[in-house]
Amino acid sequence: MTKHLQEEGPSGGDGRLDAEDESLLNRRSLLAGTAGLVGAMLMGPMRLAADATTEISPEDPTRVPGATPTAYGQRSVFEKAVRIPRSWWSSLTPLQDSHGILTPSSLHFERHHNGVPTIQPAQHRLLVHGMVDQPWTFAMEDLKRFPSVSRLAFIECSGNSGAEWRGPVGQTAQHTHGLTSTSEWTGVALKTVLQEVGMNSEASWMLAEGGDAAAMTRSLPLVSIMEEAILCYAQNGEPLRPEQGYPLRLLVPGWEGNTCIKWLRRLKLGRAPFMTREETSQYTDLMPDGTARQFTMVMEAKSVITSPSGGQRIQPGFLEIRGLAWSGRGRIASVEVSTDAGRSWRQAALQEPILPKCHTRFHLSWRWNGEDVILQSRCLDDTGYRQPDRTALVAVRGVNSVYHYNAIQSWHIAADGKVSNVHA
Amino acid sequence: MRNLLRNILTVALTTILIAGILWAGGPADQEQTHGYGLGRPATDQEVKAWNIDVAPTGEGLPAGQGTAKQGAALFAVRCATCHGPTGKEGPMDRLIGGAGTLASQHPIKTVGSYWPYATTLYDYVHRAMPFPAPQSLSPDEVYSVVAWLLYQNGIIAEDTVLDAHSLPGISMPNRRGFSPDPRPDVPKP
Repeated sequence: MTKHLQEEGPSGGDGRLDAEDESLLNRRSLLAGTAGLVGAMLMGPMRLAADATTEISPEDPTRVPGATPTAYGQRSVFEKAVRIPRSWWSSLTPLQDSHGILTPSSLHFERHHNGVPTIQPAQHRLLVHGMVDQPWTFAMEDLKRFPSVSRLAFIECSGNSGAEWRGPVGQTAQHTHGLTSTSEWTGVALKTVLQEVGMNSEASWMLAEGGDAAAMTRSLPLVSIMEEAILCYAQNGEPLRPEQGYPLRLLVPGWEGNTCIKWLRRLKLGRAPFMTREETSQYTDLMPDGTARQFTMVMEAKSVITSPSGGQRIQPGFLEIRGLAWSGRGRIASVEVSTDAGRSWRQAALQEPILPKCHTRFHLSWRWNGEDVILQSRCLDDTGYRQPDRTALVAVRGVNSVYHYNAIQSWHIAADGKVSNVHA
Repeated sequence: MRNLLRNILTVALTTILIAGILWAGGPADQEQTHGYGLGRPATDQEVKAWNIDVAPTGEGLPAGQGTAKQGAALFAVRCATCHGPTGKEGPMDRLIGGAGTLASQHPIKTVGSYWPYATTLYDYVHRAMPFPAPQSLSPDEVYSVVAWLLYQNGIIAEDTVLDAHSLPGISMPNRRGFSPDPRPDVPKP
């Protein structure tokens, strides 16, 4: 019997379970799994205890059967990185704990304007109207039937690092830069849907509206977004998370996060911007002369060293300086790192994949000799744009523009190895 | 040998060309309006229920009217908890005052000092306010609250009647305060 199992497996040659195989499979799982199952049953309630890690961690994991499969996976109980809620309307991604370029969906930063709505996908509709042949409505199932597109892209809130305009406020990279995250986004191209509906060729602006309690709206110039915008129903291989717009959101790669309207329910085409509150009194950038810039959509190139970074303590000797760089205009072309407050710069290695409008990982080997130093990174994108230092940025924009702070970040390493945020 | 290679190349290129023509014929139909046959026409009621945006031209404003006097009572009951008794105290967004502060060290951005269009006020109050009960105010109530906010900011008189006709004509103090995005704007080192 055992031999039969080993040679052909439980499903035999024709891919179906027969009665003998099935009973054999049951007996085998009973025999092999008894200890584990009993253990799991016994320990089940204990897992709810405050410190689960010590209780489910056997002295020697090679001598105890492990856990059984789970319906929806959880990370290791030993991992503790979490989003930090900044307020009722946002939470920050723990960039200092991230690896590679993707952000787990569960750690993608949040920004909403009146909470996360609960929307039944079967009842959700997308209305497309205004300057179209005829007002048209799509169910989620309709949208999923269109040819699909998918890409990796960062989304960054235009208020990311906004507190840094006035001083070195954020204690960690999560506080200073945590309103940016990268996901794979899947959906239907905006142009496919507009083509299906029959867009009037004179339409030049599109109002996108959410189905949340803020009925969040932005006006978007069609000529700029038509090639790349996606109506997304999936993120990192599964349906969108509720806080990311479930069941449908707009993605405008490289543009400020608030343009990527979540819980998307309506697109209205017109000849002019609709001048909603979000593009007049909010998300406009006040300059020192008292005028404000409007429709500042693109997120300019920016980088941050995530390790070592604020709040950490390092030891003398070898370490790899690691960080993220991104540009809403295209690909990251290079990242330089300074360990002497910007007096000299060394080229960091860029880690593949290096994708347009996407977080890009960089690293540089380094040996810390215990001296008081300041670490910085600066990036260059493939349009030739170079991330500015703080002095140059503030010289042009002052400190009251709230949004689009992308200056070089400085981390001070004290002689005791403690890392903190400074403006150098 | 060279002829053989050339022949193979010619056949390959021709095949690719024909395949390309055939392939282009497929999706071409679907690129026409309703080529995929997905979705359905929206009914008038469906459009009306969601078509809540108000443009600077006044397009989208409903029938109804209100004055600052009517708005004062409503503001006290429905708005003051978050914006303060006079719209200046908070804790949420300050709505009144701030004139002349935009170029200062501490700019105060309010409806009066910063908002470029009065129509946006109608749009936003109706769509998103009061925060715990968005879209709960009637058109008369929204016109009244908007009138009170504009009156308190010194933009209209206390007895000005706001409606779909008068609201788009109101000139906001910071109407000319906005300019297009000039970035990249930081000189290279």
